[in-house]
Amino acid sequence: MKGYYGQMRTIDVADVTRHIGEMCIEANHFLTADMAEAMETAAESERAPLGKQILCQLQDNLKIAGEDRIPICQDTGMAVIFMEIGQDVHFVGGSLEAAVNEGVRQGYTEGYLRKSVVADPLIRENTKDNTPAVIHYEMTEGDRLRITVAPKGFGSENMSRIFMLKPADGMEGVKNAILTAVKDAGPNACPPMVVGVGIGGTFEKCALLAKKALTRPVNERSAIPYVRELEEEMLERINRTGIGPGGLGGTTTALAVNINTYPTHIAGLPVAVNICCHVNRHAVRIL
Amino acid sequence: MERHIQAPMSKETAGELRAGDYVYITGTIYTARDAAHKRMQEALEQGEPLPFDMSGNIIYYMGPSPAREGRPIGSAGPTTASRMDKYAPALLDMGLSGMIGKGRRSDAVKEAVVRNGAVYFAAVGGAGALLSRSVTAAEVIAYEDLGTEAVRRLEVKDFPAIVVMDPEGSDLYETAIEAYRSE
Repeated sequence: MKGYYGQMRTIDVADVTRHIGEMCIEANHFLTADMAEAMETAAESERAPLGKQILCQLQDNLKIAGEDRIPICQDTGMAVIFMEIGQDVHFVGGSLEAAVNEGVRQGYTEGYLRKSVVADPLIRENTKDNTPAVIHYEMTEGDRLRITVAPKGFGSENMSRIFMLKPADGMEGVKNAILTAVKDAGPNACPPMVVGVGIGGTFEKCALLAKKALTRPVNERSAIPYVRELEEEMLERINRTGIGPGGLGGTTTALAVNINTYPTHIAGLPVAVNICCHVNRHAVRIL
Repeated sequence: MERHIQAPMSKETAGELRAGDYVYITGTIYTARDAAHKRMQEALEQGEPLPFDMSGNIIYYMGPSPAREGRPIGSAGPTTASRMDKYAPALLDMGLSGMIGKGRRSDAVKEAVVRNGAVYFAAVGGAGALLSRSVTAAEVIAYEDLGTEAVRRLEVKDFPAIVVMDPEGSDLYETAIEAYRSE
């Protein structure tokens, strides 16, 4: 093992805490540039008068949030955090998991963000600091740490679905699953939505694919030609449902459909549809 | 139609509202969401008083983010109303005249709205920063231990909302999308 440790890059977990705290606050006050642009474009192109009025109010809302330091939405979410860890990174200074949760605690407390987490799903006592986060760890090549903080509101999370389709259901089955989830979500999910879809893998893998799809820029299409076509077709069909901004009718029901795929079993075709409202928040930093 | 209305809201005013009306609400309203509704239900079952008189009042389904110093409230947009469907009919039968939230309601709520001549309003979901500007004062009046889910008395000025369900039984969520559907 000669020289092995010499190649490791050291990251102090205190730095992870500090960055995550800042990112929780940043994500809840400012949309990423791609989302802000999509919202602006939607306000210009919406054909329904009431829909346009709602989209213009959402433009004002974004401006006020940034200027007055008020969260874009009062549901500042449960903190979903993707930790993509280079395999040549060595963490020092304590527990990484504790450091991540400490960052969430600091961000939500110091940033005047709402504490929306209960310690037990049935006993339901608020933890009062929005911890714990939902943390996904992934090992990657290299010596960098890529952190994505994606606070997820539950108006739209509650409308998300998993469909365990049969291989024979094929492409039509996938399209129907996406449309069913979007129509059932309707006004409850605060449209215009961003629709994250995971196809393939296993029961839990497709859900994770869908969640991660929501963190992809809304102006970036899949690199796989047929998936790209599916994303474009589904966006068009969703916008023909008439649901519109706020679910009160219009031509803007979704801003993007982001689809991720993964190999799957000969017997299965899992499809997860993770719906996000127009406050599709995330902050990304690379350490 | 655009209208300015007062809260508390009389059944007479409620009776004049129609699905699709854009209203600006001024006066006193109360917040309650999941946990507060559960407690109110338990209070009713045990014959205990509710935190406020339902008669003529409006409940806003909302749990705010914390207020910064010098401000009455933090971000203050509506939460999904259907989670309160289990509790709403009993409160409507006690005289509740309006509910503000977002999203579809159950048939039981719709029937209670019609039966009692009440109104369900939608506020724009995800516009919590903008809506906070219509709140001029906020005070926790019950269930303080519930944090953001405590019952608050709010003073609002020109709070913008859209009539979704009116006393005649119209539902804007069902009718409005038809005009723009092209499937």
